[in-house]
Amino acid sequence: MGTELGKYKLCVSARSADKEILKKAQDGGIVTQLFKYALEEGIIDGAIVSGPSDEPWRPRPFVATTVDDLMKSRGTRYNISPNVSFIKEATRSYGLDRIGIVGTPCQMQAVRKGQLYPVGLRDVPDKIALAIGIFCMENFPYQSIKQLVEDHAAMKLEAVKKMEIGKGKFWVYGERGQVVQLPLKVTHNYEQPGCHVCLDYVANLADVSTGSVGSPDGWSTVFVRTKNGDDIWSKAIAAGCFETKPIEQVKPGLELVSKLANEKITKNQKTVEERAKFGVNKALRNPYISPK
Amino acid sequence: MPEEKPVPASADVKNKVETLKKEDKPVADKIKAGHVHMSGCTGCEVAIADNYGGLLTVLDKYVDWVYDLTLADVRHIPKMDVALVEGSICIQDKISVDEIKETREKSAVVVALGGCACYGNITRFGRGGQPNQPQHESYVPIGDIIKVDAYIPGCAPTPQLIRNVVVMAYLLLKGTKEQQELAKKYLTPLMQLADRGTEACGCDLMYHIINQGLCMGCGSCAAACPVRAITHEYGKPNVNREMCIKCGACYAQCPRSFFNFDVMNEFEGIMELIDGALK
Repeated sequence: MGTELGKYKLCVSARSADKEILKKAQDGGIVTQLFKYALEEGIIDGAIVSGPSDEPWRPRPFVATTVDDLMKSRGTRYNISPNVSFIKEATRSYGLDRIGIVGTPCQMQAVRKGQLYPVGLRDVPDKIALAIGIFCMENFPYQSIKQLVEDHAAMKLEAVKKMEIGKGKFWVYGERGQVVQLPLKVTHNYEQPGCHVCLDYVANLADVSTGSVGSPDGWSTVFVRTKNGDDIWSKAIAAGCFETKPIEQVKPGLELVSKLANEKITKNQKTVEERAKFGVNKALRNPYISPK
Repeated sequence: MPEEKPVPASADVKNKVETLKKEDKPVADKIKAGHVHMSGCTGCEVAIADNYGGLLTVLDKYVDWVYDLTLADVRHIPKMDVALVEGSICIQDKISVDEIKETREKSAVVVALGGCACYGNITRFGRGGQPNQPQHESYVPIGDIIKVDAYIPGCAPTPQLIRNVVVMAYLLLKGTKEQQELAKKYLTPLMQLADRGTEACGCDLMYHIINQGLCMGCGSCAAACPVRAITHEYGKPNVNREMCIKCGACYAQCPRSFFNFDVMNEFEGIMELIDGALK
């Protein structure tokens, strides 16, 4: 295993000790539980999360300042929620001095770029108190999810209880108990194009990153990456917020995380290289080389 | 006749000897920097000052502030290591044109500070007619008149980006070999932005991000926009082009305009370094 998992201080399999959180959690309820702890302990004043909106399964960035707010946002919605768009506003009209933010690997990249090169983020860099990243292979536009669920899975979006990507399939669970699985070959067509140049699977730049891959059902794999993340995570463990198991003792374990990370990075690195000779002596831009 | 009173020494103008007030703890290795004010609103300068205590540390340890129309009693542009230029250039104003050229001649590094110096920003919309020089109608970014080494875009640029760049500029000129390497890597994208040109607009998000298949809907552009011209519709930026002031913040903030892994992967260490430098 090399650089594909990023730097980390520790990696465990974990789930929230709170039954209420787990009821609607995607997996181990890590994000909700860690923000809840940080909020209650005053480590953060609020967190930018993906909350529900007026359309079914369409997330919208939402500044949660209470545990109730966090509970409403449990679970994964597989389409774009521009959480970083609230990062300045959270310090302004919401008045947060210590911000929590959850996001995909690219959003964690945006947060760190915003701290090192805060072009338009006055007084924001020093207020990021806890950045939680989630594992991400790719994301979808809302319309893609709508087409996948309504056209391919033949279910109404309103009638869906949960969506999940795992074991090589896209799963749609209905409120009445029906389950439809779509092969990833179908979903690939509908992915957001910008994801295809992404070289990060496990949110290497987060304080703490988490996702289902590597852990048993109902549990999440957790990487603790920064000093800040380590500090908050160890306090949360001491406070009894999580049950944990050593990652070496769970199936399928870290090997699968590594495998998928390498698959994503290799595939997308190839895309980045192909973009260099996309046209006839004409290249598409490579953001990893220059802004030109 | 009243008795002639002895004149106190402080009032003896004729025989007063010019003495240079020395710093208590002179720092040998400071760099010389200054602020050159062209057609701008002084918001960039206020952003420098908004580093508060951090600015005092910078002035104590790293930088001799040798030129600044608002703050320093120096009339002519001196030799500098780094000139931070605020504002665009009015090409009908001879003094401005002469001074920006002089700034270039006398400075090792010229940094365009803020949207107007980088891209013209709100002064792009100027078309003359204002009192008391109605004929002053053409305002161009400094890069249209001289070669610029690096950009700090934004309207106003943020105190934190100015702080980061100043610390890195110091390390580049006076640091250890390792620090110089890091500073070079950090400053490279800002130099590439200067190299990229003098035009910016919210449209850059369309031309150079979405049209190029690079947008992933993170929201950075909307957060960076100083005039709230950008919203996200179904995960993609939508620019209200009437509201855009052409400051360049959205494009520069976008993680898909530039993203240098060799710097970003070290974010924790770099932020500690900058914090430590300002203590």
